[in-house]
Amino acid sequence: MKSAVVVFPGINRERDMARTLALISGREPAMVWHADTALPAGTDLVVIPGGFSYGDYLRCGAIAARSPIMDAVRGFAAQGGLVLGVCNGFQILCEAGLLPGVLMRNENLRFICRDVYLRVERSDTPFTRGYNAGQVIRVPVAHGEGNYIADGETIARLEGEGRVMFRYSSPDGMIDPNWNHNGAINAIAGIVNERGNVLGMMPHPENHVESALGVTDGRGLFAGLVEVLDRAA
Amino acid sequence: MISNSPKITPELVAEHGLKPDEYQRVLDLIGREPSLTELGIFSAMWNEHCSYKSSKVHLRTLPTKGPWVIQGPGENAGVIDIGDGLACVFKMESHNHPSYIEPYQGAATGVGGILRDVFTMGARPIACLNALSFGDPKHPKTRHLVSGVVAGIGGYGNSFGVPTVGGSVRFHARYDGNNLVNAMAVGIAQKDKIFYAAASGVGMPIVYLGSKTGRDGIHGASMASAEFGEDSEAKRPTVQVGDPFSEKLLLEACLEIMHKGCVIAIQDMGAAGLTCSAVEMGAKGDLGVTLDLDKVPCREQGMNAYEMMLSESQERMLMVLKPEKEKEAEAIFRKWGLDFAIVGETTPGKRFIVRHGGDVMADLPIKELGDQAPEYKRPWVNAAKPAVLDADEVEAPMGVADALEKLIATPDLCSKRWVWEQYDHIILGNTVQRPGGDAAVVRVENGPKGLALTTDVTPRYCEADPFEGGKQAVAECWRNLTAVGARPLAVTDNLNFGNPERPEIMGQFVGCIRGIAEACKALAFPVVSGNVSLYNETKFPGEDLGRAILPTPSIGGVGLLDDFTKSATLAFKRAGEAILLVGETTGWLGQSVYLRDLCGREEGAPPPVDLVEERENGDFVRALILDGTATAAHDLSDGGLAVALAEMAMASGIGAALTAAPDDIPAHAYWFGEDQARYLVSVPAAQVKAVLERAQAASVPVWAIGTTGGDALTLGDERPILVTILRERFEGWLPAYMAGELPQA
Repeated sequence: MKSAVVVFPGINRERDMARTLALISGREPAMVWHADTALPAGTDLVVIPGGFSYGDYLRCGAIAARSPIMDAVRGFAAQGGLVLGVCNGFQILCEAGLLPGVLMRNENLRFICRDVYLRVERSDTPFTRGYNAGQVIRVPVAHGEGNYIADGETIARLEGEGRVMFRYSSPDGMIDPNWNHNGAINAIAGIVNERGNVLGMMPHPENHVESALGVTDGRGLFAGLVEVLDRAA
Repeated sequence: MISNSPKITPELVAEHGLKPDEYQRVLDLIGREPSLTELGIFSAMWNEHCSYKSSKVHLRTLPTKGPWVIQGPGENAGVIDIGDGLACVFKMESHNHPSYIEPYQGAATGVGGILRDVFTMGARPIACLNALSFGDPKHPKTRHLVSGVVAGIGGYGNSFGVPTVGGSVRFHARYDGNNLVNAMAVGIAQKDKIFYAAASGVGMPIVYLGSKTGRDGIHGASMASAEFGEDSEAKRPTVQVGDPFSEKLLLEACLEIMHKGCVIAIQDMGAAGLTCSAVEMGAKGDLGVTLDLDKVPCREQGMNAYEMMLSESQERMLMVLKPEKEKEAEAIFRKWGLDFAIVGETTPGKRFIVRHGGDVMADLPIKELGDQAPEYKRPWVNAAKPAVLDADEVEAPMGVADALEKLIATPDLCSKRWVWEQYDHIILGNTVQRPGGDAAVVRVENGPKGLALTTDVTPRYCEADPFEGGKQAVAECWRNLTAVGARPLAVTDNLNFGNPERPEIMGQFVGCIRGIAEACKALAFPVVSGNVSLYNETKFPGEDLGRAILPTPSIGGVGLLDDFTKSATLAFKRAGEAILLVGETTGWLGQSVYLRDLCGREEGAPPPVDLVEERENGDFVRALILDGTATAAHDLSDGGLAVALAEMAMASGIGAALTAAPDDIPAHAYWFGEDQARYLVSVPAAQVKAVLERAQAASVPVWAIGTTGGDALTLGDERPILVTILRERFEGWLPAYMAGELPQA
């Protein structure tokens, strides 16, 4: 796996992501500066990490989505390359038009950092093949604007085409407003694009990968990607 | 010739917070009337906040040395050696006055300021903590202040990208007019790559870095050096506005130029901005400084010298640059989109000269402005010590089980989850123990080392007996680090008090410092950095004297774990284990939370701290943790034994059954008394005998007092309380209060 982590000014989980990618793939990712116009040759996974790009003073991700590097990311995605956006990365992918919908302020209007439970909806994608469909994983969230919404038609399409990858759930996998901390529609925590090669998600699987720090439920996502990409290489 | 318009009147001098004798000192020093810019500079440098003029003489008595101390107080932050070529850089600082006037921005810029103090020394920040004191929950402003301060701390730290891993929150009516926001930052640096403020070399370029200068925060430090009156709302323009996005860029750019060897000296622009940073760099290096204000990047047009010198715009640094590195350093700052401007140079003359528009606006002796500022030995008196309260004189208002259910839902003892869930406490991927335990634990780089971090003080003890209270603040900090298995190394102190011109307040200050010094010496726990915040009081209309806060010397402690995976948590691990109580229990109810919150009495002497016992008991517990015998550990503090047991049960979901109180101590005093130097540990049942033998050999008092298991906590013969009920009550109060669901005044 030859991954590239895109760094915009104000992104702040790039180190967390780089460390996890190196830990699980055995290979350091390339750190790509927002002002660059091309991805390193041979890149097979682009990751847009979390943070507060440009301070999120405008709409979250709106400025980063217009950075020079994003044309290269769009081109990469159009070729079928795998793109993962986490937290601010999800917001940037939405603003860049690579994913539908938008992330609004959390329902309670406060930033929330806690472990949440996600029900994995499908296991037949490169992003989720490390899990079983219906499996519940525990990963942390840390965001003020993670409340996913899109128009009714878009939601119907996402659901109809099976493009919701993760939903906030109770520990036993029930969809319940009490376990949907940010109020996202249909408890949506992560979605893919039509082609299935671009994933955006609010929670941080990269922060739950080491047994010495506790939970390791985030490993499956990265381990699955490594399997797919190393087999392809 | 320096122009003297407007004329300096006594009113103008008073508005600048200078006393007549201090102004006379200015006149004697420069031999002429100062210009307005000069008056502003003196006011900025000689106010309490920047000069420590009332506190310096006492601060010198604190122990600041130890074999592991690399840098003690006097720099931007303290530095200690944690082995393997690494250093831990940390400090705590207050942003009390601004946070009362404008809670979100006041708290946010407090976090920003302390982070700059840490990374200006070459360290990458790895954790933040805080200590917050608010007024009575029933006071109409309290909820607004809690909401704003917490959002501000989170807003800055979350965006900057540092985990906020711990802290404390308390409520008391004495903070109604002055809340306290103490922010602590901790960073890691290479031990041989620490950067300091002292300039060296003549003719070296002085470079302005970071954000542009605006008109915000002018006189912020002076505002923080006076008590509040009816006009405190009108002081809002003195509060700065934070931009964590710029600070994150400034961090990366600063660490990059440091790494590239561009920096001779560097100082962040905090209180009194450009003035304080330039004077400190020159004074510490025994050099003069000349600044050309025409070169300063400004956000607004038409700013005059006075405004530029006193602006407290955030996210700025001043650096003495290695001249041959100018191009390289500038390119790095341009890449990060930040300002980089050469605004002056070091000079041989020990003068601080400020030019603007071709005129000299200030020409002052730099040493007297900086490290030779005025110093006072203010008069102080000791308050009479309250008598020891006999537990037999305290009638229990309710049964023990009822009391426990009530106590864990009080503002001070309830869960602070509502607060710390608004802080990103896991970013950087090194948080081993999250908020809610005795101390936070963070992994250092890739391990196996870990740092334990905590902030502590018990203001009601300090009020009743400043000396014992000062000791207790340090001892509790040391105990919390010990309870996770860490070896306590050093502290930063943030001393919050009222008006030092009042002898009784100065008496509290002196007493607390003596207590802190004694405890730090006895525990080999030196003070390596700190901050003093005085004038935390408010004069209400119709009252002669201001109402001061409770004396609140917050202690921020750092401890080291050689292997972070060995740290202990407070949660019980499994049923059927023995619960051991370490330390003497006498049933000390004086100044306890039980007495205050259930009996409505704030009386008596606080529990005394025996520092020899502290050390022996703590060393014993730490050894049990590190050799794997203790499966859980918790220190005993507010609320005593019963509350500590409840916390261990709630953290795990496992109940416990305890033997009844001994006959010679009233039950409520046994369960809720706040005797010091105590811990609870759980150990496998099979090991109890061996542990008790070890304790006896070490002369440490230890009793087996119960067994873990079941779904309820049973204190002797009292009615069992389901752990789920405890949790509900513990977690319920703060969210309900913040949602406005509880009665307000």
